[in-house]
Amino acid sequence: MLTMHNISKIYRTDLIETHALRNFSVEVSAGEFVAVSGPSGSGKTTFLNVAGLLEEFESGTYRLEDQDVSRLSDDARSRLRNEKIGFIFQSFNLIPDLNVYDNVDVPLRYRRLKSADRHERITSALELVGLGSRVKHMPAQLSGGQQQRVAIARAIAGDPAFLLADEPTGNLDSLMARQVMDLLEQINEMGTTIILVTHDPELARRAQRNIHVIDGQISDFKFYEPRPAPPPLAGANVSAL
Amino acid sequence: MLGYYLHLALKSFRRNPGLTAVMVGAIALGIAVCVVTLTVYHAMSGNPIWWKNDRLYAVTMDLWDPQKPANPRHPELPPAQMSYNDATAIAASGIPERSVVMFREEGVVTGGSAQRKPLPAATRMTTADFFSMFEVPFLYGSGWNAAADSAPEPLIVLSKKENERLFGGVNSVGRTLRWNDQPFRVVGVLDDWFPVPKFFDVTTGAFGRPEDVYIPLRWGMRLELAPNGGSTDCWALQEIHSYRDFLNSDCVWLQMWVELPSAASRARMQSFMDAYWADQHRAGRFLRPRNNRLTPVDQWLIDNDVVDNDNRVFVGMACAFLAVCLINTVGILLARFLGRAPVTGVRRALGASRRDVFVQHLVEVGAVAIAGACCGLLLAVVGLWGLHALYAAPERGGYQELAHFDNASILWAIALAAASAAAAGLYPAWRIGRMPPAAYLKSQ
Repeated sequence: MLTMHNISKIYRTDLIETHALRNFSVEVSAGEFVAVSGPSGSGKTTFLNVAGLLEEFESGTYRLEDQDVSRLSDDARSRLRNEKIGFIFQSFNLIPDLNVYDNVDVPLRYRRLKSADRHERITSALELVGLGSRVKHMPAQLSGGQQQRVAIARAIAGDPAFLLADEPTGNLDSLMARQVMDLLEQINEMGTTIILVTHDPELARRAQRNIHVIDGQISDFKFYEPRPAPPPLAGANVSAL
Repeated sequence: MLGYYLHLALKSFRRNPGLTAVMVGAIALGIAVCVVTLTVYHAMSGNPIWWKNDRLYAVTMDLWDPQKPANPRHPELPPAQMSYNDATAIAASGIPERSVVMFREEGVVTGGSAQRKPLPAATRMTTADFFSMFEVPFLYGSGWNAAADSAPEPLIVLSKKENERLFGGVNSVGRTLRWNDQPFRVVGVLDDWFPVPKFFDVTTGAFGRPEDVYIPLRWGMRLELAPNGGSTDCWALQEIHSYRDFLNSDCVWLQMWVELPSAASRARMQSFMDAYWADQHRAGRFLRPRNNRLTPVDQWLIDNDVVDNDNRVFVGMACAFLAVCLINTVGILLARFLGRAPVTGVRRALGASRRDVFVQHLVEVGAVAIAGACCGLLLAVVGLWGLHALYAAPERGGYQELAHFDNASILWAIALAAASAAAAGLYPAWRIGRMPPAAYLKSQ
């Protein structure tokens, strides 16, 4: 579903040029769960931004669901991003003066869906992440894990083809991190492709495939046997996050 | 989506009400100053009878001193008034569809049923066509006819205000009162009529009220009245021992207007005036080069400097003030929008295009501009009321009638609000839409 071939991305300032991606080629199939790991500054986030059509690239080709997205207009890229891609960020990136319901509503608004359709999608997504009873809460009233679950609900409410998760557990403790990963696996089992950027090798092993990036290039990738999720810790409750 | 953007705009205002109030206040103040200035300027510079601009003409002829012009500021122009002999001769041509010869007088009125003491009354001594030519509206009755002009019959027309003073506002047609101790019968009462500027007689103040009493012109001759309240100008030393001498002099004191419905009648009128000038020139009058004019109302207002440069400068200053207010608003908007760059980055990541971001912020700017315009209109009403109160005293020139709110004021406010929104908001809204979203996503 996602094919990048010899992608090159350069950041230029007055003084220096940084080759964030060099001849970067990768294929991700529909339904895969791929982890992208590597040291800081290796180009993981740049890869995610390019994959998510947030940034353009200097050379190479990028096909998303058989469509060449290399030279799309801003409107077309935005539409594709809205319909096909869901984002999950390390710092949640919820909009602080919107409540939970309105935060999940944001991508659906840009799709110009009718009110009833939006409502149905929002309630389904929030039920899935266990936050159906918190619709009126503001982000500041939620824990970190709950905020990340709202972000996940926002990402999946539009039924995207794939999710891009940039260190989704980076700001969470291990308990919450494990629960978020359980949720992502659940979403993947429902058919959504997931590309996960992480520093944590333990989390990377929960993916089906691990791509290791160094200096803007893929240095290695591994396939993992599907592993059962570790059992939840005693007393842990998803909806309590 | 417009409703959604409005909802977001209101949230933004509630998040920082002080800053929002500053922006709205700045736009309101700028718009108020502009609306007040433009309202007054529009009133001063407008043509109150614009629909007849191609039919009404002021008649002037240059009988002035051969050594110097009548108007040093405009040496190319003849004097604004006519002498008695010239006005009556031109009026007798029979060429215009209508013609008016008139002057202003100050009289004293007694005999009204509702008045307790003699009252001074600004009076216009005029021929009959005044009312039809200038489309003066009547509340009761009508003016008089040409036969009444010739006699002259003791007929009088009152303004609405004067009728209220003298008769308590009732239909006074048929009643008798005394003007300068002469009996006159009321034949008409005018409805509200306030042409701004008072184009038909700029010599007595272009922004004063029209007169309250109207009497046939020939009563001025019968009672041997020289303009008292009007303007009399003479260039030559002449011996005047009688009223007849005054009428025969080259002193100018009468205003004259003609109604010429076609180019052909204008040409004939011009020819008549030129032929009359030639005759008089041969007889030793009209010593300056021939300068006979038929001036339409709009040009008449320009020639007589009805709107002087000071007013234009005030309009310019008001616009400059609005520009300063908008520049401040641009700065505040830029800071506010760019401060929200991380949130905008998130929206872009979630599918908002640059256009969506642009429109969202433009709606916010538009809401500020509309609020500013509404507050500006209210401030403008207060400002105009203040002007009205300030200039109410007659000795302050009678400008109070200029300061009234009309449809033009509202249109100005709307137009200024739209222009303000565009000027203040386009750049910040465009700028925030161009922010690269990826740069802000990690930093939020």
